[in-house]
Amino acid sequence: METAEDLLNHVLVPKHEILSEEEVESLLKEFGIKKEQFPLIKLNDPVVVALDTEEGQVLRITRKSITAGESVYYRRVAR
Amino acid sequence: MAVRKKIKSVNFGLMSSEMVRKLSAVKIITPDTYDEDGYPIEGGLMDTRLGIIDPGLHCKTCGGRMKTCPGHSGHIELVRPVIHVGYAKKIYVILKATCSGCSKILLPDEKIASYKELLEDERDISDRVLAKVKKVSKCPHCNAEQEDIKFDKPHTFFEGKRRIYPAEIRERLERISDDDLSILGWNPVFARPEWMILTALLVPPVTVRPSITLESGVRSEDDLTHKMVDVLRINQRLVENIDAGAPQLIIEDLWDLLQYHITTYFDNESSGIPPARHRSGRALKTVAQRLKGKEGRFRYNLTGKRVNFAGRTVVSPDCFLGINQVGIPERVAEELTVPVGVTEHNIDVLREIVLNEEYPKANYVIRPDKLKKKVTELTREAIAEELEEGYVVERQLVEGDIVLFNRQPSLHRVSMMAHEAKVTPNKTFSFNTLVCPAYNADFDGDEMNLHVPQTVEAQVEARELLLVENQIISPRYGRPIIAADEDPVAGGFLLTRAVKEYTKEEAMHYSFLIGVKSLPKPDRGEKYSGKLIFSQILPPGINIEFKNGFCEKCEECKKENCKNDAFVSIKDSLLVSGAIDEYAVGERKGVLLDSIFKYIGAKEARDFLDRFMKLSNTVLFREGLTVSSSDYDLSDRIKEEVKQMTQDSEDEINQIVADYKSGTMESIPGMTEEESFDMRILNVTGLLKKKVEGFVGDSLFTFKSESADSVHKAITGSAIMAGSGARANITNLTNNAAIWGQATVNEGRPKRGYIGRVLPIFEVGDVSSRAGGFIENGFKQGLTTQEFFFQAMGARQGEVDKSVSTQESGYLYRRLSNALQDVLVKDDGTVRSASGDLVQMVYGEDGIFPMNLFDAKNLYEQQVKK
Repeated sequence: METAEDLLNHVLVPKHEILSEEEVESLLKEFGIKKEQFPLIKLNDPVVVALDTEEGQVLRITRKSITAGESVYYRRVAR
Repeated sequence: MAVRKKIKSVNFGLMSSEMVRKLSAVKIITPDTYDEDGYPIEGGLMDTRLGIIDPGLHCKTCGGRMKTCPGHSGHIELVRPVIHVGYAKKIYVILKATCSGCSKILLPDEKIASYKELLEDERDISDRVLAKVKKVSKCPHCNAEQEDIKFDKPHTFFEGKRRIYPAEIRERLERISDDDLSILGWNPVFARPEWMILTALLVPPVTVRPSITLESGVRSEDDLTHKMVDVLRINQRLVENIDAGAPQLIIEDLWDLLQYHITTYFDNESSGIPPARHRSGRALKTVAQRLKGKEGRFRYNLTGKRVNFAGRTVVSPDCFLGINQVGIPERVAEELTVPVGVTEHNIDVLREIVLNEEYPKANYVIRPDKLKKKVTELTREAIAEELEEGYVVERQLVEGDIVLFNRQPSLHRVSMMAHEAKVTPNKTFSFNTLVCPAYNADFDGDEMNLHVPQTVEAQVEARELLLVENQIISPRYGRPIIAADEDPVAGGFLLTRAVKEYTKEEAMHYSFLIGVKSLPKPDRGEKYSGKLIFSQILPPGINIEFKNGFCEKCEECKKENCKNDAFVSIKDSLLVSGAIDEYAVGERKGVLLDSIFKYIGAKEARDFLDRFMKLSNTVLFREGLTVSSSDYDLSDRIKEEVKQMTQDSEDEINQIVADYKSGTMESIPGMTEEESFDMRILNVTGLLKKKVEGFVGDSLFTFKSESADSVHKAITGSAIMAGSGARANITNLTNNAAIWGQATVNEGRPKRGYIGRVLPIFEVGDVSSRAGGFIENGFKQGLTTQEFFFQAMGARQGEVDKSVSTQESGYLYRRLSNALQDVLVKDDGTVRSASGDLVQMVYGEDGIFPMNLFDAKNLYEQQVKK
């Protein structure tokens, strides 16, 4: 059986982290947006399930990028 | 695009006949429209309670007049219910899912209950329910046998063999419980299925279907009105027949006719029924046709907007215009105007323009109170007198004005660019051919649009952002898109070949052309090399080295001493070695042009292009470029060599054929025996073609094997074009000179045709190279009859594929670009949607704008010394 651990450590799955309220708050200020304006990630997305996330939380996704080295992306968990 | 109010949800539902009656201002009872005096008949389709389209009348519903009354709906009471075509499919689905006797879902109670639980989490489970229901033949609730329901497009239903009429269908639908409906994916509050069967028909307001009065005074009614008249007539006949107790057969016929009229009223293009026609034979344009497609309300009226200050005409080439310019016919320039505010500095000039009796005139003058006055022969003196600060003069377009120029389809940013106007005595728009690739324009009848920006802000924006010179580099691949091709490439190559040298007279002629006033010192004794003349158009400060298309990728590069003159070296803006070809100035390649743009500037790049165009075209024109059939003569040695290689390949193929027939051929993994057989032969023929291309290249570019001081001497017209990248390539030359190779259809050998063979001349089961479409001749020798046919098979497919793929990919691209059209990069580098939602935190993950980037993965490495 595949565990949540396995899934999160898989080479093809970029790093996902749940942001704290404060971090989200500062992001909202940085981008000048409301929380609803983040890109979405489905509540039933395997990563979201594995991370045991709640609706409305924001994830920071750190991906490898050919041109930028590392790129950071944010997505809000939504139903 | 600020969103002030947020839409929480949108609800789509059906309209019940009750709602129709409630909405209705009039019950329409008579098919007549106007009486003898031309006054609308009460209870008719033009009833004054439906709104007003004639001046002078008052609306009986709201009291408004022609411009103020928005119109009001009426209704027709249908004696027999009728199916709404748009929902016929939905009706079919529901009929299939429910019992013909008790109208319950054809599933046992416990199953229904379990689905109901599922409904709590998921909104739509109808698909799964419907899939289950398909196999049931007996109602689990009332034990009634279920007969198969058949749907005959567009609006006829059968149960078994018996026709079921809308009245019966409606009864069944009415019986379905609300709970069952929600399982089937319906919300019974907003849409009950029986509402899909009409008992009252909504009549649109007259304002939606205005009649027009022709010059002869005859009224011509709208198509929708015509359709409503048909409905009313049949409805009335049906009433009369029912009242008279006519036989069932006659009533059903009339009922069907009513159904037909109502179906065509909604959609006159539904399959299975002939479209309703006008007396002239023209199909009526009914509700669906008004909305649908390219000429429908959405695409034509809502998405498509028309503008003023625009012109459209045929385009022609003019290589003596700069790339920034566009030639505009005087007739167009007289029509298009630019508003100029009157100030103390320009009042005298503008007054003169107002007074002008010929071309640069003023068309209108706008007073500070916004009153627009037309400048005519009679008024111009008075207006000129009146002119003072604060007035705006709409003067005609003159040379140097900035205009936007566009060719559809506008697929990318360079489909619309800003040009400087150049007024010409022609009748077409003209522009420099270097800009053709950007617009994807040619001159076989293409038309283009021109727009004149009306505010100073727009003019400056166009100049700074959209001017052609700022678009030389495509942001798609970071290389020139406005670049030389064909003639200028060939001309540039002729000029810069190592052997080229010119007399003083010639050098002076070229120098004059490119605006050079003093000749440099001759570099070849008394004479001037072409490279030196070319160097005159380079902006100062260029230091660059790269390899052109003649590079053979030797292990050790001989640099300036390359025998092919393939090493382009420019030192301090002097072309030291190398010939200029498409790798210097061509589209997608042009390293030199790229460097000028990125290191020196857009203006200098434009200047370089403009002068290069003039210079190289003139060189080509003066020296000429001839293509002859003898260009494709191969030496006997090469001919023998090619013959031998072809023979070897055919032997190889024969071996494969023998193996295949004896069953000893090894299959390629993942392929059937037949596929492997084809693949093996294609590999052999592909390899052969490549080898022959090498030999042919060596033979036709004879200069290659000679020493550096005779570089490019013996080259032919065809080889110049293929070698410099102006037109054609080695494969084309090989096709002409030596061998066509394997004909392919669907990426394999030709297969279709007669049983066991493609052409009747071959024996059944012949799979040899010749019967499989191998063409051992080139066009110069001539193809055999069979070869010709095989070649045509491949060519035909290529042609079909080309048109199909451009159509399909064009539509895909249209949908993609429409979906993304208001996604944009904001000042903070984030990518946002129209409502400000984040799409990307950094544009493209890295925030890089490819237009400013040197292509890192470029095959032709280049070192730019600064």
